[in-house]
Amino acid sequence: MSNLSEFENIADAGQETAPIWINDLTVAYHRKPVLWDVNLVLPEGKLVAVIGPNGAGKSTLIKAILGLVPKATGDIRIYGRSYEAQRRLVGYVPQRESVDWDFPVSATDVVAMGLYGKIGWLKPVSRRHREQAVEELRKVGMEAYADRQISQLSGGQQQRVFLARALAQDAQVYFMDEPFAGVDVATEKAIVALLKELKTAGKTCVVVHHDLQTVTTYFDHVVLLNMRVVAAGPVEEVFTEENLKKTYGGKLTLLSQALHKYAQQPGIGTGGAKGGHR
Amino acid sequence: MEWTFIDSWIIVTGILSAMSCALLGNYLVLRRMSMMGDAISHAVLPGLAIAFLVSGSRDSLPMLVGAVGVGVLTAVLIQAIGKLSGLDQGASMGVIFTTLFALGLILIRQAADHVDLDPGCVLYGAIELTPLDVYTLFGWEIPRAAVTNGIMLLVNVLFVVFFFKELRITSFDPALATTMGFNAGVMHYVLMALVAATTIAAFESVGSILVIAMLIVPAATAHLLTDRLVAMLAISLVVAALSAVLGHLGAITIPTWIGFRDTSTAGMMAVAVGVLFLAVFLFAPRHGIIGRMVAQGLLTLRVNRDDILGMLYRVQELSGQRSPAVKTDDLRKALLTGGWVNLALADLLRTRMVRRTLEGVVLTESGLSSAANLIRSHRLWESYLCGQMGFCDAEAHYSAHQLEHVTDEAMQERLKRAANYPTLDPHRKAIP
Amino acid sequence: MPGSSIKRMVSHGLGWIAAAAWVWFWPDLAHAGGLGDTGLQWPGWQELLRVLTLRDYNTRVVIVGTTLLGLAAGLSGTFLILRKRALLSDTLSHATLPGIALAFILMTVFFGDGKSLIGLIAGAAVFAVLGTGSVLVIERYSRLKDDAALGVVLSVYFGLGIAIMGIATRMETGNSAGLTSFIYGKTASMLLFDALLIAVTAFVAALLCLLFFKEFSLVCFDADFALTQGWPVARLDFFMMSLVVVVTVVGLQAVGLILVVALLIIPPSTARFWSRRLSVMLVLSAGFGALSSMIGAAVSALMANLPAGAVIVMTASSLFFFSLVFGTNGGLLQMALDRWRLGKKVMHENLLRELYEWQEIAAQQSGAIADKTRIDGPRLEELLPRRSWSVHGLQKGLRQLIRKGWLRLSPEGRYFFTPEGVLQARAVVRKHRLWEAYLIAYADTAPGQVDWGADAIEHVIDERIIAELEAGLPDWTPKAVPESPHELIRSGV
Repeated sequence: MSNLSEFENIADAGQETAPIWINDLTVAYHRKPVLWDVNLVLPEGKLVAVIGPNGAGKSTLIKAILGLVPKATGDIRIYGRSYEAQRRLVGYVPQRESVDWDFPVSATDVVAMGLYGKIGWLKPVSRRHREQAVEELRKVGMEAYADRQISQLSGGQQQRVFLARALAQDAQVYFMDEPFAGVDVATEKAIVALLKELKTAGKTCVVVHHDLQTVTTYFDHVVLLNMRVVAAGPVEEVFTEENLKKTYGGKLTLLSQALHKYAQQPGIGTGGAKGGHR
Repeated sequence: MEWTFIDSWIIVTGILSAMSCALLGNYLVLRRMSMMGDAISHAVLPGLAIAFLVSGSRDSLPMLVGAVGVGVLTAVLIQAIGKLSGLDQGASMGVIFTTLFALGLILIRQAADHVDLDPGCVLYGAIELTPLDVYTLFGWEIPRAAVTNGIMLLVNVLFVVFFFKELRITSFDPALATTMGFNAGVMHYVLMALVAATTIAAFESVGSILVIAMLIVPAATAHLLTDRLVAMLAISLVVAALSAVLGHLGAITIPTWIGFRDTSTAGMMAVAVGVLFLAVFLFAPRHGIIGRMVAQGLLTLRVNRDDILGMLYRVQELSGQRSPAVKTDDLRKALLTGGWVNLALADLLRTRMVRRTLEGVVLTESGLSSAANLIRSHRLWESYLCGQMGFCDAEAHYSAHQLEHVTDEAMQERLKRAANYPTLDPHRKAIP
Repeated sequence: MPGSSIKRMVSHGLGWIAAAAWVWFWPDLAHAGGLGDTGLQWPGWQELLRVLTLRDYNTRVVIVGTTLLGLAAGLSGTFLILRKRALLSDTLSHATLPGIALAFILMTVFFGDGKSLIGLIAGAAVFAVLGTGSVLVIERYSRLKDDAALGVVLSVYFGLGIAIMGIATRMETGNSAGLTSFIYGKTASMLLFDALLIAVTAFVAALLCLLFFKEFSLVCFDADFALTQGWPVARLDFFMMSLVVVVTVVGLQAVGLILVVALLIIPPSTARFWSRRLSVMLVLSAGFGALSSMIGAAVSALMANLPAGAVIVMTASSLFFFSLVFGTNGGLLQMALDRWRLGKKVMHENLLRELYEWQEIAAQQSGAIADKTRIDGPRLEELLPRRSWSVHGLQKGLRQLIRKGWLRLSPEGRYFFTPEGVLQARAVVRKHRLWEAYLIAYADTAPGQVDWGADAIEHVIDERIIAELEAGLPDWTPKAVPESPHELIRSGV
């Protein structure tokens, strides 16, 4: 038991101040284990890449933090308080495929959605809000497309619209789900410039990333994830070949098989006494 | 309640039409197009009306032709509208079938002067009257509806038997099927044509509402009970037949409880199949709600049993003596799962894994070996997680604690190999 | 501009209030008289005039009520379609039947009269919500997909409804004859009070749809994002569906439970063909819904043997098919026209380039950089083998270019550029070669194959992309017409 409490002391550090503090997070949905016992503390004002192989639970980690998928166990704090209490501090850029791009709205309309929280119930979107939305579009180099229906935009342009919407939220912590996936060079450059700008402004950005080549140039902090956190910390310390091998290597097959079997049990979620003796 | 030959024929007719619908329904449910059954059975109305207007009679053949034509047309239109307009399937279905149904209503009104046709009859049928319209076959008087539905059932059975392989592959993976030379599109339209024909065969006897119910509900019920296609087909047929029988019985008995003679048999058949569905939804062993709750309870029980065994083993290990007794209260305090401990303990006593002494509970021989097995899994996992994966400390213990319950011998072997045949776990305890 | 369009819609709504008030406070024309009692024959001119000018009080109430219903259905249906739940409305409208029948029986037993519309509608609403709940429960707790869940609930509830109706029709007290009008709809059987009830409810539902425009559209477009913003997505979703339920149940009597679905689905589907803006779509959908309902109610008031619901749906779907063909946003005609225009443009550009390259080769061979308008152009039969074009198509294309003033035909049958034509051809060739250079530089295309790849796309790229192309190419010196990256072949000569 002594080991357990020691460990909890370590985890307690940063609980009050860190922008993101996660303890013991487990997520299993559709009967597949996705995250297992994740403990994570992320520092403020850093660009954090979350990397790992396909199916490692990168997106799920973000969704669990944002309360979009139910968690089996675990405690998540944003600046020391629950996410529900700190919603205004959090901006979110979902995966591009998560919405229907044929939806009858223009780029400005989508960006203005980031302001809905400020506008509040029932009040319509005013001219001032729309102007602000266009302003955010300008920041991502998209002001020329402000009135385009979103289906007429290219993939990279759609991604930039989503980024502008997150900017409109004016948050402290940003979560971005694969913003670099399938975008053109111009968009990639725009996103990187934007990330740097956000960092200068003291914001924390957590970015799900899939391109190992660019991790060292784009980010200063990295989380290596494969169902569990393999390693987390500053890029120069953590982004090592050994850690990458652990994350991407085939070693996890046995564990993932067992976890799968565990989650296939009809009664997952409630059964099982915790703790016990060694 | 008086049982007459009429009742028997009602039930026979009901069973035949229910079964012929249910058989095709399996493929609708598996293809995720259950609502196509609803759409087609509504949309055949103008086909009927046109057949009436053209032939001026209620003969079966023109009606069949009209309905199959409109049925296929419906399927084609829904597909085409979806493709041309970018609407999702639900919306294009809604546009097409309501339009056709409205057209049918207007046509029927116009035909009303010439032929006696009530849209209500199309909708909820008049199965109660079918035995009166008979057809003499080999000296037997058989209701016409029973004959048509029987023929339809035969056709559907033959279709499913002969095209079993093709139906399976086109339902599961249309793209693959097409690359293999089974044209998924053709199969789709043939199926839709048969659905329309079945609808029409059933409509004058049981009405379209029963058709929709029997197309979808028996198949959905069967889908909750089995994972195998043949079994699903069989179960859906049984469910369909059973609900036809129960439905008619319900129609002539239940209303008498509150002082009425009877009610619509077709409606009650739909209710009966709904009740069967509900029962399966709740109690199916693997997919039912209650079934899942029971399974969950059994899992909790097993985990508690394992925990008790593990704890007794560890106590023995620490104390160094053979089979030390542990008090039940201590077990309860350590495991923190309340009443489950009692249940688990009772189960362990029943299976003679532990026995009760004056000082507390004690492991038996068989209990000791399964406890050792459990601890082996636990410590192998800890070794593997710590040595191979770099997760030591409390995390590894917690994970091992959950994984030990699902680790069988084969996995133990693989763990051993992966962890280089350890003899001690990370806490320097012996691996049994 | 959603903001201003909402204002517009609200003022539109105020207009309707005025219309309703006008109906209410014009008692001198009020007299009892069935709308549907006009018989089977076609109406006389006076009758027609009376209905169309809303002179008759009852007609006026029924038509205004139904129109408002169509308006509300068009609005709430838009969100239903955008949420991809079209068929949920089918299920919930079928699920109302047991509610109606049960309410009828209970009211007959306890009050003697079972035909109070409020009671029937309340019963319908309860079962619509129960049905929707059942769908959600089946989807959530079983392996069945949404289609099967919808089908199961639809058929079982409707069957239950038929069974309870069976009892209702066998009741000695109470007259159940009008109940079937809920299945097929019968505006004519509407009482004055019923029509007003429908009008008021539909108007409130429409107003709520407009008030919650921002919230509903957010939930429809990106529910996850709305959740992270702290919006109560589940409750908004439920509220949105409740409005659909309300419209469905008040629409039952007018249109019937099978066809009320059409009123929710068809107008928004129609509106999609005319606009890409949600606010415009909403207005159009409401307009189409109102128009179809108004025509349907008026026609069935004139001709008793035409059921109102069916006429309403036929009107709505006529609008749908009209829009499918003529719509400005993805209508078939427009798409065909676009394709035809593109085909023509491709033909012209290819012709210009072929002629230009012909001239280039001629200039190379003669060694002189001569004026392109002077060099001997090709003859038709020399041009023909250059590409897989038909004689007829080639002749037509050349004729069109001559008519545009870009080419002229010499007496010997050779084609020459006009000065204007040279400019046009230069632009086309420049575009083509820039694109070729880009493909070679970035897409690893072999110079020998690049011609074909450039051919397909060059016709659709615009000035902006050309500028980007030029800026993005390494060691590229801007000039009027760059050289071809591959050898030009004068085939067929």
